[in-house]
Amino acid sequence: MSAIRFDDVWKEYGDHIVLERITMEVEPRAFIALVGPSGCGKTTLLRMLLGEEQPTRGQILVDGKPLPGEPDADRGVVFQRYSVFPHLTVLQNVMLGRELRDARFTGRLFGAARRAAADDAMSLLAEVGLAGQESKYPSALSGGMQQRLALAQAIMRGPKILLLDEPFGALDPGIRADIHVLMKRLWNETHLTVVMVTHDLSEAFGLATRVIALERSRNRPEERERYGATVSRDLEIFPRRSAEPRAIVQSAPAGTTRSGKEHQPGRPGALVLKEQP
Amino acid sequence: MRLVNIRPGRQTRFYLLALPFLLVAIAYFAGSSARLAQNPNDKLLPALPSMVQAVKQMAFEVDPRTGSYLMASDTVASLGRLGSALAISTVAALVLGIVIGLLPGANALLGPFVSVTSMVPPLALLPILFIVMGLGENSKIALIVIGTLPCMVRDLAMKVQELPREQIVKAQTLGASTWQIALRVAMPQTLPRLIDVLRLQLGPAWLFLIAAEAIASDSGLGYRIFLVRRYLAMDVIIPYVAWITLLAFLIDVGLRVLQRKAFPWFASVRAE
Repeated sequence: MSAIRFDDVWKEYGDHIVLERITMEVEPRAFIALVGPSGCGKTTLLRMLLGEEQPTRGQILVDGKPLPGEPDADRGVVFQRYSVFPHLTVLQNVMLGRELRDARFTGRLFGAARRAAADDAMSLLAEVGLAGQESKYPSALSGGMQQRLALAQAIMRGPKILLLDEPFGALDPGIRADIHVLMKRLWNETHLTVVMVTHDLSEAFGLATRVIALERSRNRPEERERYGATVSRDLEIFPRRSAEPRAIVQSAPAGTTRSGKEHQPGRPGALVLKEQP
Repeated sequence: MRLVNIRPGRQTRFYLLALPFLLVAIAYFAGSSARLAQNPNDKLLPALPSMVQAVKQMAFEVDPRTGSYLMASDTVASLGRLGSALAISTVAALVLGIVIGLLPGANALLGPFVSVTSMVPPLALLPILFIVMGLGENSKIALIVIGTLPCMVRDLAMKVQELPREQIVKAQTLGASTWQIALRVAMPQTLPRLIDVLRLQLGPAWLFLIAAEAIASDSGLGYRIFLVRRYLAMDVIIPYVAWITLLAFLIDVGLRVLQRKAFPWFASVRAE
């Protein structure tokens, strides 16, 4: 749950201006969808939020403080690909964030701490519809399941901001609809501010509280290098959506998940009790 | 049907596999019997019975002078050198490869240096090693390490750099420090690739081992081959070469099996 403020942010690569005059406020708990044509700097903007790239001018403030210059645990991320670690099982992938937090030197938990982390991870896996898959390697999962896993992995660490870089772009429409349901639920149940880059307008309008379109103001070939994209539309979704905090995912009681719920892999919609329209 | 589309079946595959081996054996024994028919004392292409006799003597009879089974003690000596040298190379390559591959600063510092040292012909350094370290075990092990390490470091650093950037970023968003990234992300994914790199370096390692043993040694497979060369003892040399080949092959197979068993996730990653 964090407010983000872009303060006249520019991004240039040498002479090439990618983004210019980005000024906006993102309120806590917002779900922002960034849309725009290819090459308009959506992903660059996201990478700046992530800390992977620095603005050339201006600054990005999170809760009033300048963004640290490298990625950290406050900002979780799900990429379109390569978001999960292929050498870890599903359970190990989800537990990793906890292990990295609690075991600074070994990066591994043992004994009771490990069991507690595993229990939390198992309940989170059940939440995202991956119960029963915990000992598989990611390569054995479908694309949709891998993205569910990536979401669970990011959320396990408890970030304040979740950044999504076309996370569902490579999925089939049916799978995508399912994962949208999950995404909405996660956003409601956690305290996340979400920023999502997407190509899919219906996805943007279907999920977000606010859709921000980036566009170049001038697009003639001789001008293209010298004029970057900027915010051309800033649309609040009406009727206004707001997060309805329910039980936080992490606090789901341990031990209720392993065999408790009937579920269909890849169709966690079956798990949802009350999904708002 | 086009040749590119013809896939041999299981049985055909086996015959095809055996064919080149068989052809070499036939060529050898044909040549051998032709030469022996002309001159029964010919030593160049000994017949199978004389090789069996030589192996029996080398492998299963105690050498009266040293009181040991020569082939066994040669094998132990050679494998000991090879093993300790490759152990040093592997561990050093793992550490250096991850450091260079993961840290841009270390890459700037050591990358070019490693590239240059991997171009030094190791055998040209052998005299220096003998002068500096003497003729004992150390210089032989050092030769193998020098011969294999730079290439292994270079290859491994490249493999680490090929890890998707997303993974490194993702680990950071899970709160990982540089040390934790190395320990939990880079190293486990580097280990199976290390086996690939090691397999590639087995050939050079054997080369340097035999070379070092040939020049200055008093035991070892290479030493024995070059010793009996003076007597044109092809009946010993050929079985020794076959034995060395078999050992190298078994080590390679062992590493492949280890890779498959220890890193079950790796096959699908490599297939991508």
